Amino acid sequence: MPYRFLEEIAIADVAFEAEGRTLAEVFEAAALALTETMVELDGVSPTLSRLISLRAEDLETLLFRWLAELIYLKDAACLLFRRFEITIREGTECELEATAWGDQINYETMSLKVDVKAVTYHLFSLTKTPHGWRAQVILDI
Amino acid sequence: MEAKKIAEGIWEVPRTAKEGMLVPARIYATDELFKGMDQGVFEQVTNVACLPGIQKYALCMPDGHWGYGFPIGGVAAMDTRTGVISPGGIGFDINCGMRLMRTNLTEPEVKPRLRELVDRLFQAVPSGVGTKGFLRLNDAEFREVMVQGAQGMIRRGFGWPEDAEGIENFGRIAGADPAKVSAKATSRGIHQLGTLGSGNHYLEIQVVYPGNIYEVDVAKALGIDRELQVVVMFHCGSRGFGHQVGTDYLEIFGPAMKRYGITIPDRELACAPFASPEGQDYFKAMLCAANSAFANRQVITHRVREVFSDVFKRDARDLGLEIIYDVCHNIAKVERYRVNGEERELVVHRKGATRSFPPGHPELAERYRAIGQPVIIGGSMETGSYLLIGTAKAMEDSFGSTAHGSGRTMSRTAAKKKVHGRDLLQRMERQGIYVRTASFAGLAEEAGMAYKDISAVVDAVHTLGISKKVVRLQPIGNIKG
Repeated sequence: MPYRFLEEIAIADVAFEAEGRTLAEVFEAAALALTETMVELDGVSPTLSRLISLRAEDLETLLFRWLAELIYLKDAACLLFRRFEITIREGTECELEATAWGDQINYETMSLKVDVKAVTYHLFSLTKTPHGWRAQVILDI
Repeated sequence: MEAKKIAEGIWEVPRTAKEGMLVPARIYATDELFKGMDQGVFEQVTNVACLPGIQKYALCMPDGHWGYGFPIGGVAAMDTRTGVISPGGIGFDINCGMRLMRTNLTEPEVKPRLRELVDRLFQAVPSGVGTKGFLRLNDAEFREVMVQGAQGMIRRGFGWPEDAEGIENFGRIAGADPAKVSAKATSRGIHQLGTLGSGNHYLEIQVVYPGNIYEVDVAKALGIDRELQVVVMFHCGSRGFGHQVGTDYLEIFGPAMKRYGITIPDRELACAPFASPEGQDYFKAMLCAANSAFANRQVITHRVREVFSDVFKRDARDLGLEIIYDVCHNIAKVERYRVNGEERELVVHRKGATRSFPPGHPELAERYRAIGQPVIIGGSMETGSYLLIGTAKAMEDSFGSTAHGSGRTMSRTAAKKKVHGRDLLQRMERQGIYVRTASFAGLAEEAGMAYKDISAVVDAVHTLGISKKVVRLQPIGNIKG
């Protein structure tokens, strides 16, 4: 998996790092880590889709808004996502266009874990590495 | 970072410890609890000490631990004219809090029906990821919730007229303005009233065992008046609505800080002058979420009464299901304190800290005037909780604040590696605690070993005098969100 959960920081919450060769990959990995915090991924079938368009003044803020949007849809539309097709454009403004596939929350068919309240800016980072991109995120539980 | 013990139970990090600190940082803890504090606490409490307008010192309570922005257990008071308000000093779960209800029932009466009672409560109070409540409100009705809080719910029939007196701020804080709340926040939370949430949120059936009453007269005045008395405690907040309000304003405050020339050591401490348009907008939106949390706990109270009444085939009034108290532990409030000999209006941030007002405080309802404000400190699922009472010392030493819980010492990921949810459930059953959970993985994360010793935390605040121990409460039934 291109992400791993971190034990040593922010003990009350959930911290993870995600990696990708491209921006789209690291955004996808971070989204999967978010979903896996809330549910066993195997139980989420990619049957419903949502188109998501976001803009931000920089890539870090775009990543924050991307995760915040998925958290919003978890409550507002009761949707959890497990497959993503993401396009990111960098310019004077950064833009994200994505299709996210997932399913309605269902306690009969899904193995739910903990609810995520929000994505935080504490120790939040998105950095370029020799191999691509790395993100570090702490989710409020 | 070096903290010096300046008195029994008080540790201070001087202003010189970090560039930008405006006041010293103080950590309230016994030697034992202090040794166990994680590094995040020191880093974060000293970051808080850098926030503009902060008065006297940045505080961390004995249950303190690494959070985001503020440490959990953090208290900071800013001058309302010159200081800032920070969503990171309140948390995303605005007005997360505790409510405690008494009953006329005793453990021998409840034990034979315990499974049925907990199972029925588990159905009546939805918990876990993305769950909805039974209420269907339209936008106008939800705006009323934002303004009227628990009082609006009581008028709708989800409570008794006297319930409001048993809630901090009478269940409704004035000044909330729904125009300052995004449509997204509304659509995220409109169907979640009456739900518990997840993480460390819970609803418990608890018992007062012999030897666990420390102040008999105060306990009696609060309705703890019989041997083996059963009480109901729950822990929850403003759900997705509050979480979205926090998220929205974190985004607004980033650019606002640049405009106001404020620099901060952690992006999660984003803030704006309290008196600025952005600061006031957030405060008014935050109060909407605070009121919705009071409404949420009021709807749950109604469901608890319905279930008890059904299971015991007696009227809820006959069962004595009155509210002992309801406290907020993630909030900012405008309060007045003496600083350097002069009385000032301050915006007191409490993030994982409980208000602890003394006897005679004018903001308390008549029934608490002589005894002080009840303080509810919730422990882990296995170890029990405490009811305390506010003191005058808290007004001098901690901006009228005390601890809120036991405080985590182990990460969620680490806890899950050490114990399996199903094993924990069986162990708790052997200890006489019947548990229902929406998630076994979530249950494992809340194991007692992941927390500090609640009794040590309570003894620390009791010895410091910032609240006084009244009753210890031990669980026999638990619904884990």
